[in-house]
Amino acid sequence: MTRLGRFAPLIGLGIFLIAVIWRLATPMDTNVSSKLRNQPVPAFVLPAMVTGKPALAAADLASGQPHLVNVFASWCVPCITEVGVLGQLKAHGVAIDGIAVRDRPEDVADFLKQNGDPYERIGSDPRSQVQIALGSSGVPESFVVDGKGVIRYQHIGAIKASDVGLILQKLEQAK
Amino acid sequence: MRVQSSFPRTREPSKAKFWVPAFAGMTIIVLAPPVYADSNLPPTYWSDRQLPDARQEAQAQALMDELRCLVCQGQSIADSDAELAGDMRDLVRRRIAAGEKPAAIRGWLVQRYGSWISYRPTAEPAAWPLWLAPLALLLVGAFMIRGRIRLKAKG
Repeated sequence: MTRLGRFAPLIGLGIFLIAVIWRLATPMDTNVSSKLRNQPVPAFVLPAMVTGKPALAAADLASGQPHLVNVFASWCVPCITEVGVLGQLKAHGVAIDGIAVRDRPEDVADFLKQNGDPYERIGSDPRSQVQIALGSSGVPESFVVDGKGVIRYQHIGAIKASDVGLILQKLEQAK
Repeated sequence: MRVQSSFPRTREPSKAKFWVPAFAGMTIIVLAPPVYADSNLPPTYWSDRQLPDARQEAQAQALMDELRCLVCQGQSIADSDAELAGDMRDLVRRRIAAGEKPAAIRGWLVQRYGSWISYRPTAEPAAWPLWLAPLALLLVGAFMIRGRIRLKAKG
């Protein structure tokens, strides 16, 4: 055995340890992002979720101005704080539409009454079919859709107060 | 000067005082069910129901075994109890029942989530090492055997 060959197991161990330490230091991103960015919103028509609030269809999004489409649910805890931030975005003149996933009208009505209602339209997605069609993997998630109905940006997780600037910038770019 | 305790055993109960609750606490943490944010709606119709046509159900089952769950990453949607996995099973069975080919459904999902969603290895460059590894290992093995035969011939 050559001299270097004798050290091969030690070198192997060293490489292994470096790989482990590196992965522990920079954890893997487990978010699954939608591959539909820069693609048109898939065709969908959802019924209205709550009375007195219009329903949502893909055609409503190609209205000429950018929209923020928020995939949410009344049973989703981070959505409670997020909806307050959406209120701030609405105050900036952002058109916000909601897709309520696996929800009941009375629960959504309660949710909006307690936490505020920034939505222009809310579609009901009881079987998560539109959520899957959009390539979304959980709630809350939001999509910036431009005036032609093309997805320009996906925000995975709740929009926090610190994200308002980012979302406004993405909406500006989508104009 | 150190004063020796007349009851040296008094330390033992204090250890138990620490370990018993600590162990109980660890047991509770290990056994606690993970908290999922679940909706109040029942599972979708076709999520846990077989299609009446056995051939279609077999097709759906084969596809569901190869689709990755978005919530419990590492499980297939056939194995996962997550609601989104149930809704994806519902989607797969409905489309199969409507006559759609499994390959088309897989393609539709890959378009949305990338090849990540499918467990079936593809021929993309990223998967080449996977296909080449067995060949490379066979070659290494052949070289090792050749070395042995040469040694024996010499000896």
